[in-house]
Amino acid sequence: MYLEADVLVVGAGGAGMYAALEAGRAGASVILADRSLIGRGGATVMAQMTVAAALGEQTPDHWEHHLADTLAAGRGLCDQRLAAILCEDGPVRLREMDAWKVGWAREDGHIKQAQAPGHDRPRCAYVDFLATGPAVSKTLRTQLNNANNIRRIGDLAVVDIAVGDGEACGATALHLPTGRAVTLAAKAIVIATGGLTGLYRRNSASSNMSGDGYALALRAGAELIDMEFVQFFPIGHLSPRLVGMDPIMWDPFRYKLGGKLLNSEMREFEPDYATRDARSDGRYVLTRDLATYAITKEVEAGRGSPAGGAYLSFQHIPETEIRRAFGPVVDRLAANGIDLARHPIEVAPIAHYHMGGIRVDEKLETRVPGLYACGEAVGGANGANRLSGNAITEALAFGARAGRNAARRALQARSRWSLGASLPALDLLRRAVKRDGPNPAALVAELQAIMADDVGPFRTEAKLASAISAISRLKADIGEIPMSSQAAFDPVLIGWLDLRNMLLVAQSVALAALARTESRGAHQRDDRPGLEEDWCVNQIVRLSDEAIELSCVAPATAKVAA
Amino acid sequence: MKATLKIQRGAPGVTPREEAYEVAFEYGQSVLDGLRMVRQSAEPSLAFRFSCINANACKECMMLIDGKVGYACMVRLKEGITALAPLPKKSLIRDLVTEIAPPDERL
Repeated sequence: MYLEADVLVVGAGGAGMYAALEAGRAGASVILADRSLIGRGGATVMAQMTVAAALGEQTPDHWEHHLADTLAAGRGLCDQRLAAILCEDGPVRLREMDAWKVGWAREDGHIKQAQAPGHDRPRCAYVDFLATGPAVSKTLRTQLNNANNIRRIGDLAVVDIAVGDGEACGATALHLPTGRAVTLAAKAIVIATGGLTGLYRRNSASSNMSGDGYALALRAGAELIDMEFVQFFPIGHLSPRLVGMDPIMWDPFRYKLGGKLLNSEMREFEPDYATRDARSDGRYVLTRDLATYAITKEVEAGRGSPAGGAYLSFQHIPETEIRRAFGPVVDRLAANGIDLARHPIEVAPIAHYHMGGIRVDEKLETRVPGLYACGEAVGGANGANRLSGNAITEALAFGARAGRNAARRALQARSRWSLGASLPALDLLRRAVKRDGPNPAALVAELQAIMADDVGPFRTEAKLASAISAISRLKADIGEIPMSSQAAFDPVLIGWLDLRNMLLVAQSVALAALARTESRGAHQRDDRPGLEEDWCVNQIVRLSDEAIELSCVAPATAKVAA
Repeated sequence: MKATLKIQRGAPGVTPREEAYEVAFEYGQSVLDGLRMVRQSAEPSLAFRFSCINANACKECMMLIDGKVGYACMVRLKEGITALAPLPKKSLIRDLVTEIAPPDERL
């Protein structure tokens, strides 16, 4: 089957949906494809938290203050051009979402903005109760429904970007319900597939977030940047078992209610580590990298909670206040046997976000003409550590810009599409065969264990080297020929294609982490503690004859004119 | 503890078959956890939909659980038999997967 459009957007989370909307508004015909259902997969719909933007509703603010905080959190590695786009466009996008009735929480006639760690003032908007992501997702889906030149296709997994004459010209995809190959021609392609946290055992990712877009970009000839910087969310839910809620939901509780992190001695330990960070607000103390460090060190010192994390306690807060702040969420917790007024819960770091990603310029375009990226799939804006609240903002801001730029290009460029450009991927799918081999789902679990144990928040040369050889072994295990069970909606074929992407991306992370012989932000080397001035550079990953090549560049500093 | 998942399987137009899988579980785990364990350890080709993994955000894992429509990520595993079947009023794709996308969001 063959389809064509001016612009193809791959991934229908917040960034992809915004990109499709903006490309459509610029006059392009658009196909918006996702391997999950439209607006249901990805990170946006999972986000229960906040969206940072210098709206100045709660207190006077300017996007340059937001930028200063973003750059400080990034520990010297931010691409300042991209960080500036995020901070400057953020308020525009939040206001547009407001006009689209997303329902930002309000107080005294203004949008309510909460204070989050690392921000110098209250800057983070949200939708009650814990509904920010679903509300953003639903609002964008409604806008998509009202647009008439955007074709939405769910259950469509893009296998590879097609490149013709050195330019991105389309894609080859697998239609999951039928198992049919689909070729897509487009004059510009936007990758909006999110991050890679699905590579880790404990993660807060949707099932479609194990680095697909990075692998697509690499194989198309684009570069990746900062792959070693994986953000662990420090207080991911650990115990008791919680279903029906996102494991990163405790952050809003801390914004609103405070809450105490306690070790097994029931002693608050955050202040012990707070001196390591000057940017502390005294209430919710540590940025994510430091809180992850603090919890891990407490566990290592034998002061962890029974399930291997820390206690998070709200017992000092009156029940009525908890109910007022979180309403029906309190009942959902009760259904899980959790009563915050009486018992602490257990939390531990969980893979949450990836600062690194596809390397783009200020037009959100890669070095492959016609290939764009947006949202978490983009690397560089957040440097070595992302501020709380910047992820949805970047999804909306980068999504809109990438969509607009892709449309502008598509409306001027001529098509470079030829069937030849998709032949390698079509051949790959055609070779898929029912054969004896490892269970892809089991191999994915094995890879997640390797990444968690050896490429987690705290790394050493020995662990990273061991991970790199384990990843090579898994690569040999899956082989070159796709496995399939020759049936519709085939988890064996999807699993094999996932592993093809995941192993390439895992290798990029581990190799970059091994090369960076220092500790900075989310990349902590136990054998190389401390920041090294010489390492104030970004590492670039590219493929050369199917091998990963690393190089270093100085962080981009020039700001974009508005 | 052990749970048995009795799963209605098959493709459209073929008489469905029932297959039972036993999984070890801890109190609190969901039916979706059980299905993922089955896929990992016993039956790699078992088809079911999910995206957000137990956050109940994506609403993709809807199926018949002991005869009632529910989300696999919200219903807890229990000792003994849990019967799983695809949604009866949606067209079947395979095993527990049905066509649940709105018509204008399909190929």
